[in-house]
Amino acid sequence: MIKATNLLFGYSEEREKALNGVNFTAEKGEFIAVLGSNGCGKSTLAKHFNAILLPEEGTVEVEGMLTTQDDRLFDIRQKVGMVFQNPDNQIVATIVEEDVAFALENMGVEPSEIRRRIDEAMEKTGVYKFKDKAPHHLSGGQKQRVAIAGIIAMRPDYIVLDEPTAMLDPEGRRKVLKTIKSLNKEYGITVILITHYMDEAAQADRIVVMSKGKVVKEGTPKEIFSQVELVKSLSLDVPQTSEIAYELGKLGHNLSTEAISIDECAQQLYNFLKG
Amino acid sequence: MLKDITIGQHFPGNSPVHRLDPRIKILATIAYVVFLFLATNAVGLVLSIAMVLALYVVAQIPLKMLKKSLKPMIPIIIFTVILNLFFITGDGDPLFRVWKISVYTEGIMFCIVMIVRILCLISGTSLLTYTTSPIQLTDGLERLMKPLNVVKFPVHEMAMMMTIALRFIPTLIEETDKIISAQKSRGAMLDSGSFTDRVKALVPILIPLFISAFRRADELATAMECRCYHGGANRTRLKQLKITSNDIICTAVCVVAFGVIFATRFFFTPLI
Ligand SMILES: Nc1ncnc2c1ncn2[C@@H]1O[C@H](COP(=O)(O)OP(=O)(O)OP(=O)(O)O)[C@@H](O)[C@H]1O
Ligand SMILES: [Mg+2]
Repeated sequence: MIKATNLLFGYSEEREKALNGVNFTAEKGEFIAVLGSNGCGKSTLAKHFNAILLPEEGTVEVEGMLTTQDDRLFDIRQKVGMVFQNPDNQIVATIVEEDVAFALENMGVEPSEIRRRIDEAMEKTGVYKFKDKAPHHLSGGQKQRVAIAGIIAMRPDYIVLDEPTAMLDPEGRRKVLKTIKSLNKEYGITVILITHYMDEAAQADRIVVMSKGKVVKEGTPKEIFSQVELVKSLSLDVPQTSEIAYELGKLGHNLSTEAISIDECAQQLYNFLKG
Repeated sequence: MLKDITIGQHFPGNSPVHRLDPRIKILATIAYVVFLFLATNAVGLVLSIAMVLALYVVAQIPLKMLKKSLKPMIPIIIFTVILNLFFITGDGDPLFRVWKISVYTEGIMFCIVMIVRILCLISGTSLLTYTTSPIQLTDGLERLMKPLNVVKFPVHEMAMMMTIALRFIPTLIEETDKIISAQKSRGAMLDSGSFTDRVKALVPILIPLFISAFRRADELATAMECRCYHGGANRTRLKQLKITSNDIICTAVCVVAFGVIFATRFFFTPLI
């Protein structure tokens, strides 16, 4: 379990606090999406989960270890992996497989064990066929999956992804999201996905909405997105599926904004049009 | 496109020379340079040339490549020849005189030896970079310099810096391309105007490039920390360099060749 309690953090004295009393928990096996407008503190919160940033006030606990415990630093970082927006700026080595091995080399794992684990990680993320390539010859989506492979080679229990699809084309985005979902569903890794794409968030088990350094709303995608006006007041969007129902609702038709998957929405529209 | 330029002059292949352990290759290259300077007789020099040419043939590097790497040496060679030819004085009578300057046999001999040495030196070291990828080279250097850790020389850090530099050269080149296009579309004149105009036009390209490079560095550092990076202590490596039979055979060949080149010192009179 990752648990943040009354977390307070500011980058500098003069400026407003980036995190202003955040309470957050992630249970093992969950797929959580974190939403919020630009500058609301999502990335700052994420960096607290693996002790890149340390709380000013309050605590962050990973499986019972406080992130302020110096002697557990590497245990925490091994348990909570982190993937960032720009794949170019996370890849260290000049060959894909060497990059995937980077974390394990740092952890001092035996070479034969490194080989086994990176092959497994590259299989899971579907980049095994590029293992001998130079990163700059890969597409954005492929690079991002290499970065994910480099993280899951550590065999983390949690993986925090900070807008991993923001710089990708639709095809790359689809593949990266598929990889993330399979890590969660098939391998039981807890996923915390920060995103600005509502269709990605709609696939999560739970959504956490942040605003101005606080968690303002939590719930299943259905619960969150059905409150269209509230979501919009936080300068966020709802998925197009909820939007249709909402707009038709404004015209006096009675449709449920809870139908957020495309199938549900289509079925509902079909029933509606049939009369 | 700028992106496609190769770094260094690696010429991939699968010859025994290519497969040779980078550590042995680096050491052999250094040894070759040393023996080149110990060989002062005609036979030794001829053998040195023969050795490097033989290695090029084994490594299947086209001689065109060799010519390319030797070409920039021509001005240096001409300069050396002129200097030595006219300023070295011998014991006997001068061979001939040009205007007020006399040329001695010793001068000519010295020139020949110097030319051979320069050519062999460049060919030998080029062979190393042709047959070894930059990554292998970095790896080999890191392992060879490991003992320097004792005197607190930051071996791992140097190697890490080289790796990151190699990794980011293509990325930054690509970015430079983009910035140039962006500035051109805003009306920057990069290819025309006086020299100072063109230098001034570089400023709006370099500043965004540097700012972006620093941002990248910051993000990369965070990403490395997330992956438990803490310097070279207790670090293992995925690729272990293992000594193979190819390495042993190549080493033996080199040792014999160097031995023969050195032995010529005792049987033939030196040229200089
Ligand atoms: N390195 C930093 N130094 C100073 N202030 C920062 C730094 N990083 C973020 N901030 C500030 O902290 C606040 C929260 O930023 P944060 O990056 O966490 O937002 P975010 O929710 O991730 O936004 P985005 O959606 O744009 O990624 C913002 O006001 C931002 O300006
Ligand atoms: Mg952010």
